[in-house]
Parts: sequence; C-alpha cells; structure tokens
Amino acid sequence: MDCVVTGGNVKVLAKAIHSLSRIGDELYVEPQEDGLALRSVNSSRSAYACFLFAPLFFSRYTIPIGLAFRCKMAIKSVQAVFRSIATLEKTVEKCHIELDDQKNRLTFTLHCKHGLMKTHNLSFQDSESLQAVFDKDSYSNVFRSHPRLLVDTVVHFPPSLEEVTVSLSDDRMWVKNHVEDETDRSKAMLTELCLASDEFDHFSVKVQNSVTFCLKELRGLLVFAESTGLPISMYCDEPGSPVVLSVTDSVLEGNFVLATLSDDSNLRKNNTKRACTPPPPPDDFMNDDMDSYLIAMDTSVMPGPSASRPPSPPLTNSTSLKQTATANHRTRLPSEEEEEEEEEEEAVDSSGPPNKKFCSLFFGSVLPPSSQMTTQPLTGQEVLASDSEDDVQ
Amino acid sequence: MPLSTQSQGDAEQYVLVACLDNARNLSNILKAITFKDHAIFSATPNGLKVTVEDSKCLQANAFIQSEIFQEYTIKEDSVGFQVNLTVLLDCLNIFGGSTAPGVSTALRMCYKGYGYPLTLFLEEGGVVTVCKINTQEPEEPVDFEFCSTNVTNKVILQSESLKEAFSELDMTSEVLQITMSPSQPYFRLSTFGNSGNAHYDYPKDSDMMELFKCTKTQTNRYKMSLLKPSTKALALSCKVSVRTDSRGFLSLQYLVRNDDGQICFVEYYCCPDEEVAED
Repeated sequence: MDCVVTGGNVKVLAKAIHSLSRIGDELYVEPQEDGLALRSVNSSRSAYACFLFAPLFFSRYTIPIGLAFRCKMAIKSVQAVFRSIATLEKTVEKCHIELDDQKNRLTFTLHCKHGLMKTHNLSFQDSESLQAVFDKDSYSNVFRSHPRLLVDTVVHFPPSLEEVTVSLSDDRMWVKNHVEDETDRSKAMLTELCLASDEFDHFSVKVQNSVTFCLKELRGLLVFAESTGLPISMYCDEPGSPVVLSVTDSVLEGNFVLATLSDDSNLRKNNTKRACTPPPPPDDFMNDDMDSYLIAMDTSVMPGPSASRPPSPPLTNSTSLKQTATANHRTRLPSEEEEEEEEEEEAVDSSGPPNKKFCSLFFGSVLPPSSQMTTQPLTGQEVLASDSEDDVQ
Repeated sequence: MPLSTQSQGDAEQYVLVACLDNARNLSNILKAITFKDHAIFSATPNGLKVTVEDSKCLQANAFIQSEIFQEYTIKEDSVGFQVNLTVLLDCLNIFGGSTAPGVSTALRMCYKGYGYPLTLFLEEGGVVTVCKINTQEPEEPVDFEFCSTNVTNKVILQSESLKEAFSELDMTSEVLQITMSPSQPYFRLSTFGNSGNAHYDYPKDSDMMELFKCTKTQTNRYKMSLLKPSTKALALSCKVSVRTDSRGFLSLQYLVRNDDGQICFVEYYCCPDEEVAED
C-alpha cells in the first residue's frame, strides 16, 4: 500500500480521522481497489462510521495486488499524526502513507514547509473486515441539508446530552432531547427544535415516526461535514432501525450508521409483519474469530469479486435494512435467532455491554450476492473479507 | 513615579536594587524556567541570573542583563539568595498581570543582604503593593561543565519550527532522541511511544535552519519528563540553539524578546539518558 495525499486533501483526510475518533478507539484501515476505506465502530457496536476515499482523491494510490491487507490501529496514534488541523493546513504539503511489510509498520510521512519531514511509524494489528449492513435506498424517509442547518440545531443541546429524538411529519422535523423515563420528565429540561421542510435541500417523509439516536456520533460527522462544506444526507426509518448519515462528493464518501432506540409499543405493533429486533440485540455473527471484539462484525465469505458486477434490480420489498437481512440466507428470523444464539450473545457481551437498548443490529454477518446488490457501494465491495486467505485471489 | 520617591530613603541599605517599568519583562522570562519551586538568584554587575534545577540532571538558567532594568544597583561583586519561584511569580502578577496595552505593573525589587527578605514594591494605577518574600540559604548550582570548546554539534533554528514538533511530541515516549549529523538525517528528533515511533527531520538547508555546524554523528536520548519544561522557554523564544558536547550533554539556548523588544536568554542543560541498546 502506497498512497500520497497532497494539498487541501490532507486536511480532509485529517478531519475524517478526527471525526472517526468520535466513534471508536480503533481505526480500521483497508486499502480497496475502489479506494482507501477508513472505518470505526464504538465499543457497544451501536455506531459505525466509514469513509471511503476514491483513488482519485490521492495523487498516487497503489495497493498490493493479490494480497488483501487490512488492519486496525489505535485511532489516537493516527490522530497524533494529524494533531493540529490549523498547522496542518499551513505547513503540510504532502502526506505519504505506506505499508512497511518488513517492519510491520504503517508509515505516515508528512512533508512540511521548510523541508521539515515528520515520519510516524505506527504499529497495527491484523483485522477482519469491518462492515455494516445497510441499504440507503430502502429507507422511507430521506433528507438532505447543508451541514450548517444541523450544526445550528445541535448547538442548542448541552454536550452532556446523550441522545436526541427526531420526529417527522410531512413537512416538519422536530429535534428534541431524549429523556430516559417518564419520572425524569417532570424534572428534566426539554429542548425542542422544529425545522421546516424548506430549510432542507431535500425532504421526503413516507412514514411519520420518530427515532432516537446518539448525539455524539452525529457531532462527529458534523465536524467533518462542516469543514468540507459537504451536504449531509440523512436516512431514517422506524424506531430500532438504524439511522444513516452520509456525505458524498466525487472522490469520497462518508457513512455514519447509528443505532436507534427500539420503541416497545412500535415493536409490538409491527412484530407480526416485520422482523424487528427486540432488545437485547440478537447480534448476528457467523464464525468464531480469534478476536472476540470482531464477532459481531461482518466477516463475509465472498468467493470472488463482485464490485465489477452491475447492480441487479433491488429486492422487491427491501424497504428496510432488516428485510434485507432477512433475505440473507445466513440470517434467520429473530425468533429462531434468539434461541440459537443465546450462547453466542454472551460472547458478544463480554466485549462491551450493550449501550442501553441500542442494538448493533446493523451488523449482519454475511452479505450474499443477492443482498449485496441492494446495498450501497460501500458494502458491496469485492474486498469484503474472506475467511480464508485462499478465497482471495 | 511614586515608587522611586517613596523608597529613596532606604536605597542605601540595600545591596541590590532593580527597577522595571514593566514587571512582565521579568515574570515572563521566569515563567520559562518554572518547573521547581526553588530558584537560585545570583546577581552580578552584569545582571541577574536565575537558576532552577531538577534531580541534578536538568538545569535552567534565565539571564536578565542589567540593561533590561531601568535601574540596577549592586553594591557587591555578587549577591546570592534563594526564593520560592512560584511565590515570586504570584507577587509579580499581584495586579492580575494584565496584558492590555498601556497597563503595566512597575517593579522595584530590593534585597538588604543575607538573612533579609526579598522586598518587592509593585505599583499599578497609583496602587502600591509591598511584598516581602523570605529568602533561603542559596544552594550551589550544579556545574554541568558544558564548555563551548567541547561542543561537537550545534544547530540554530527558528523556534517556530521546533514549537510545532514539541507540541506534537508523543508523550507516551519515555525519551526524546536527538540525532545530529553532518550527513543525513542532519537533525532528527525521535520518539518511541506505545503506538510506534516518530521522527522529525530538519534538513540542513531548511529556511528554518540559521546555522548548521555538525562535525560528528551523535545520537543521544534525553528523558522526556526532563525536557518537557523547556517547552515553556521555547514558546517564548524566537530562536533556539541546540548544542551537544562530546559527553552527549545537551544545551538548549533560547533567545527571548521581551515586550520592549529587548533580548534575554534562557538556557537549559540536560544530561543524556543512560546508554540503552538500540532497537
């Protein structure tokens, strides 16, 4: 792996890393044919973020042929490379990212003004591929706005606030602080903001409902979106189904997938016709990894490249992530799932307690070709991890 | 000026009187060496030297030449005492140490001699505060025997470029390794932290390099915890001279320009870390 980033793109890369650091403690690096993927997931796996930098983002982009390389490293150490965004902008002319095979180090070299050269040789761990399963096309409610709108909205909430609830009507969005239970409600201060549809570039609500998700990760994305000025698209569905926030331009794509609180009443209503995920989360995973941390991550078995394949028509009724997952032959209905996976769930719990009722439901285990077609390019990559090295050519 | 008229009568009793129109010119430079409470003051007709030491491995000296002071009278060849530096700094900032233009604290610092307190008269906006700081038996500063004839390598850099490096140093590294060499990498700062190592390389022809005089390749390690306080001096300075002698001792000299554009110096000496096997 050998990549060179120049000029203003260094700052974009730095911002992406800072924004990922709001999610988790580890940075998953995966050089793919369609670009460099940087990902992170939080400890309870209720939030996942991925940035994909296309080869055109780089002034040089070469990845090892035939040998899939992916690793994870402490995000703090990568952040240290790009510590001060302000000086970065002024002084760094070029950033060179290179894999040192012999020493097992990922080398970040910053070429700065006045000939100063900063070299960081960072250690890394091998890792499985980290993938969240989601399908932006299947969401019923879609919004797009300039990041400023969300920044101005979020600024009204105190930094200590953990979750916000977004409620939707045909032409309005309400954002309010989430208060845990009814008894607290009398004491707590409630903040609510109403955003009219005309404040958004795009506002389409098909299902009027409300979702509750963590604010911290949203703030993380806003850091990135605000500095790059890229519009934020927001995809949401019913409670319990993850919210997807994304920023896209011609050379990069960033997706933040945040679990939402599942609403019990809503759950009961829909239980019959929809494969809702009740808490505790039926984490869906398939095989025993050496690394228990990654158990709930997607470690898919893709026999060969699929990215080159044209997308086939989407599944007929893939209106939600969970339905997509249901179409997945490796994923079973929650009822069966729960029984079968009770034991395995314990293993997942050991790597971090679930965050309240948030589920890491968006980590499906396998992406067979059929479901891949419906997912965004992000998840439909040929570089999806293979379980054995032999499967990768 | 009320200060001068008020204390005129006592002037004869003092062995040392030093006056400043702006006390910040003293407090700023003292901040650059504040990492331990005890400071050894030694005054000579040339000026004032303030020394702070840590573990006999690190020594910081601030030099304030007599010309910096509006009045500087010394009745003996050398006057020495020791005071608590934190207390002294608190006193110098007793009016809040405002940085607003046009507002400054005037200082008259007097010392009667052995056993007497250090007396500070501070005046701002017509209000005078008198502070008396008890002095202590002066200790003998460690002589690092750093002699310019034994200097193997020397570089002078504009502080700006080092500030950036020092602000980013990986503090999980126990040591800072300095490599100076007549050939590549010329001048290199390295850290070895939890997550890997980092090198900062300065080429000898960089705009930031004012002088490059290295005769021999030398790699020495210095305890990060010892060097950390020198960042304060670096932050104030505009130029820094980095020198190592044949024993690997490090001398960092900082050129500090005060509010009035006058030049003072701060110097740090540091012992090298024990030799460890290269990894």
